[in-house]
Amino acid sequence: MFSGLMLNTWIAASLVAVIAGITGYFAVLRGSTFAAHAIPNGAFAGAAGASLLGINVIWGLAVFAVGGALGIGALGDRKARHDVVTALTLVVMLGLGALFVSVSSQYAEETYALLFGEVFGVSRGELLPIGGLGIAAAVAIGVAFRPLMLTSALPEVAAARGVSTRRVELYFLIVMALATSMTVPVVGALLMFSLMIGPAAAARSVTARPGVAMALSVAIALATVWLSIALSYQTNWPLGFFVGVIGAGFYLVGLAARRVAAPRAAAG
Amino acid sequence: MITPQSSPPAAAPHAPRGDLLTLDGIGVRLGGRQVLCDVSFSLAKGEFTGIIGPNGAGKTTLLRVILGLIEPSGGRVLVDGTPLHNKNKSAIGYVPQKLVIDPDMPLRARDVVSLGLDGHKLGFAFPSRQRRELVLEALAGVGALAYADARVGELSGGEQQRVLIAHALISRPKLLLLDEPLANLDLRSEQEIVAVLGKLAREHEISVLLSAHDMNPLLGVMDKVVYVANGHAAAGPADEVVTSEGLTELYGHTVDVVRLHGRVLVVAGE
Repeated sequence: MFSGLMLNTWIAASLVAVIAGITGYFAVLRGSTFAAHAIPNGAFAGAAGASLLGINVIWGLAVFAVGGALGIGALGDRKARHDVVTALTLVVMLGLGALFVSVSSQYAEETYALLFGEVFGVSRGELLPIGGLGIAAAVAIGVAFRPLMLTSALPEVAAARGVSTRRVELYFLIVMALATSMTVPVVGALLMFSLMIGPAAAARSVTARPGVAMALSVAIALATVWLSIALSYQTNWPLGFFVGVIGAGFYLVGLAARRVAAPRAAAG
Repeated sequence: MITPQSSPPAAAPHAPRGDLLTLDGIGVRLGGRQVLCDVSFSLAKGEFTGIIGPNGAGKTTLLRVILGLIEPSGGRVLVDGTPLHNKNKSAIGYVPQKLVIDPDMPLRARDVVSLGLDGHKLGFAFPSRQRRELVLEALAGVGALAYADARVGELSGGEQQRVLIAHALISRPKLLLLDEPLANLDLRSEQEIVAVLGKLAREHEISVLLSAHDMNPLLGVMDKVVYVANGHAAAGPADEVVTSEGLTELYGHTVDVVRLHGRVLVVAGE
């Protein structure tokens, strides 16, 4: 389970968990979970287009992920319109994906891998870009930590102090898009989504401290992938099944923990 | 935000020394519609002023003009004698109507207040004893110390309002702007918030400007009224502005002002 090839799997999955834990934290906090769903899944269409053109899928992923982020960020300025714009962006990208896949000759194998990932086939050469990206995403989120917090909690106050909520949102979506384009080939679009939402949602119900919640989000994401890889390795069941179920499991445990503790323990 | 062409410098700046905020002939067009027309008033240091008017009269628009979020079509806003720019923006503390956050958001009351200190800057806010003390002091100043560690999304409306006021006060503004701070509060919270604000104006000489659709809760603390209706505004002491004649002129139709047991009732005429 910890042999040469599997070692790459452990490292890659851990890096992806850190990226997902950090970006997912703000996706959940900002109510951008639908965008977190749309961007990786839309990016998969870009990968299909890239393989049709015979270029590296990373480029297709990056173009579609960032393009999707720009579409969602630029058109969805009001909360009320945000969902619709996100949905339409996803629909357009999936439509293009359907076209690319139908025209392309190599269908099933590669598409399946992009949706569900190839964690058990990560090569050494793939580790470096993922690691670099992990650091870049962490730095990008860290640099904007306070504006991200302020615009999430008090958008009007942020605007009055000269912080553009819209620009911060666009920045965040692009960071999420870049994170996605590197992680989708490893864990797949659906897994990336699961890993971004479950752990972050669990973490925020356990603690009200913003810094602790972010660290916890990363820790739960790591625990989720490690458990999932071990179980998937033992049972031969698909990794995606375990990541999705364990992620949601953590959320339910967090929710229960909060219910058991008094809902307003600190007040009074 | 300043449009000099509509107010020639020779005639306009009648901002007396000591006036913290001056609005001079402010007009606002939104979506091709004239929302506000020729609004002028000033606010002295430590003065408590209520922007009063019916829903949709343009109270929030007026506050947004002062904050620099809406460009007026005419007139000018002076803060401490100079037009609003990034430097004197910090002279204004702003309290939005309510928090629009997910109740599950991992943010304690003290974190919200801490964001008031430097939330617009990049990077993390590293914890320090000095920051901690400033935050607790701000919370204590509005009587919110008891729930400093509570998740802010789980606080009641009145408690959130206090936390938001502490958030605005921690950067030591000279002027506090509040958008409908009494909306949706129970009677007791309403009285407590008014008392907190009145104390800020009296004891700390912070000028308070707040919008409200009902002026009665403010009668005991308010120095001046800016009554907004029908796109126009009249400013002055409540006794002089809120009269049957004054409001009839402002609304453009008959309005009766009835004073009853120290309360003011504004009733539309026939």
